[in-house]
Amino acid sequence: MRLTDYVARPLRRVTLFAGHYGSGKTNLAVNFALALSALGHPVTVADMDIVNPYFRTTDSAEALAAAGIDLISPAYANTNLDLPALPAALYEVVARRDRHAVLDIGGDDRGAYALGRYTPSLLEEGNFEMVFVANFCRPLTRTAEDAAAVMAEIQAAGGLPFTAIVNNSNLGKLTTPETLRATYPLAEALSRMTGLPILMNAAEAGVAAQMEEGEAFPLTLQKKYFDIEGE
Amino acid sequence: MAEKVLMKGNEAIAEAAILAGCRHYFGYPITPQTELAAYMAKRMPKIGGVFLQAESEISAINMVYGVAGTGMRVMTSSSSPGISLKQEGISYIAGADLPALIVNVQRGGPGLGGIQPSQSDYFQATKGGGHGDYHLIVLAPASVQEMADMTAEAFDLAEKYRTPVMLLADGTLGQMMEPVALPAPTSSVTEKPWAVTGTGMKRKHNIINSLYLKPEELERTNEERFARYRQIEDSEVRYEAYMMDDAEYCVVAFGIAARVSKNAVNAARKKGIKVGMIRPITLWPFPKKVLAEAAETVQGFLSVELSMGQMIEDVKLATSCRRPVALCNRTGGMIPSPEEVLAAIERLAGGDMA
Repeated sequence: MRLTDYVARPLRRVTLFAGHYGSGKTNLAVNFALALSALGHPVTVADMDIVNPYFRTTDSAEALAAAGIDLISPAYANTNLDLPALPAALYEVVARRDRHAVLDIGGDDRGAYALGRYTPSLLEEGNFEMVFVANFCRPLTRTAEDAAAVMAEIQAAGGLPFTAIVNNSNLGKLTTPETLRATYPLAEALSRMTGLPILMNAAEAGVAAQMEEGEAFPLTLQKKYFDIEGE
Repeated sequence: MAEKVLMKGNEAIAEAAILAGCRHYFGYPITPQTELAAYMAKRMPKIGGVFLQAESEISAINMVYGVAGTGMRVMTSSSSPGISLKQEGISYIAGADLPALIVNVQRGGPGLGGIQPSQSDYFQATKGGGHGDYHLIVLAPASVQEMADMTAEAFDLAEKYRTPVMLLADGTLGQMMEPVALPAPTSSVTEKPWAVTGTGMKRKHNIINSLYLKPEELERTNEERFARYRQIEDSEVRYEAYMMDDAEYCVVAFGIAARVSKNAVNAARKKGIKVGMIRPITLWPFPKKVLAEAAETVQGFLSVELSMGQMIEDVKLATSCRRPVALCNRTGGMIPSPEEVLAAIERLAGGDMA
């Protein structure tokens, strides 16, 4: 399966992943970039998360480099310095229009404030997909109404309108195909409420493999040192 | 069992506190516990509770002191440097014999240190922290589920024994996401005849205070408090024993270090090394008895910690130094890998007891 089989729309030059924190934006950004690269597109990934101190795009630096994907991350990402500063190199993603760009935006409206600086260029170019990543298993986004409220807050903070939805509902290691399928009505309700299409469903690769061909975009997740094997 | 949701450890503590009837939160943001405060800021106004971002940690803990005096469930949370700032207030709360929950999502130190995970506030949490003769009950969760469950238990313990309770986590536990079944809603069931709730002109007024003008009175109060501490030590010790039945070596680790160590114990077992683990769940009261019993049968202990080695002293005390106690540690925000812990177990089993 190719990325284009999951995404029922023409690919845009810039794809942005935003949403409630803990919804899987970083995993989606990394896997989406790898899939784009596999299609032969030159890709830059930008870690724009200024609010999350742990578990970020920069953790996947090696995998991205191996695939020939450029990574732009804050100078102090994964250090002991909690400095919400973005590097000047980030302007590349709006200035260099010969490359695809995948942007991992920080969680909630707080994380989306940093996006505002690039919004005018993105609107002027008009070639972006602003994706709302939804996980309906998160306690503060368990309904379409709650998710829509988070969407509105993020749009107000970042100034960029959402154009599509990805349903990445999961319960971590307890996720089964049914976990994701049970949320399809919620994603559809959110789609009707906002008038935005559902770009795709996404699930951890092992879970996606148990589903119908093309039903869920498979995500390769990073192995964590605190995962207890066999549990 | 309740339907599961996916939560960060910090969020799970916040929601579990709300479910336990806590409607008063005072704090000041600091990485890596900020999601806890952010969650409270979103939820408390919707349920008639109070979220107040104080101008400093010192203010926040004194607001906790005030509400605790009324007998209502109250909490604060912070990370290492912020917890240091709260120590005077914590000592006053302990001195006034009031229940309250204090959450420390530890980061590297000393000083401003860093924002990555650590367990180097063990001494501070278990040996007093502030001035004077007192203890906190210290609970050490090792999963997001335990963070939720222990938050509810912490409020009950605090009221039962009229003592502040600390939930001692670390940055990784605060930030990691796991499925969690949230505890059922509860509320306080403890009578609080001491609380400042208005006399209704029917009784003498209660006084919340930690100042005693007569030394005899202060001595008696401290002795009464320590009699309660003995009850706590008798009744509230908690630990997990893992593969200890035939163990010749014993890993001792709590919190995130215990998760890493469990993988190492499993790997060592595959190599034929008879090793088990005792995971203290209450750091105070420390599970002395089970460690003393283990010292009867095992040949050596390995303390695994995210510090320069703090709990190791309690392991040595609990076992009266009858067996060697080795240390496997990383500090400053680093975490020992399962491979490092396995190598330390192999050194111990190979007779290197240093």
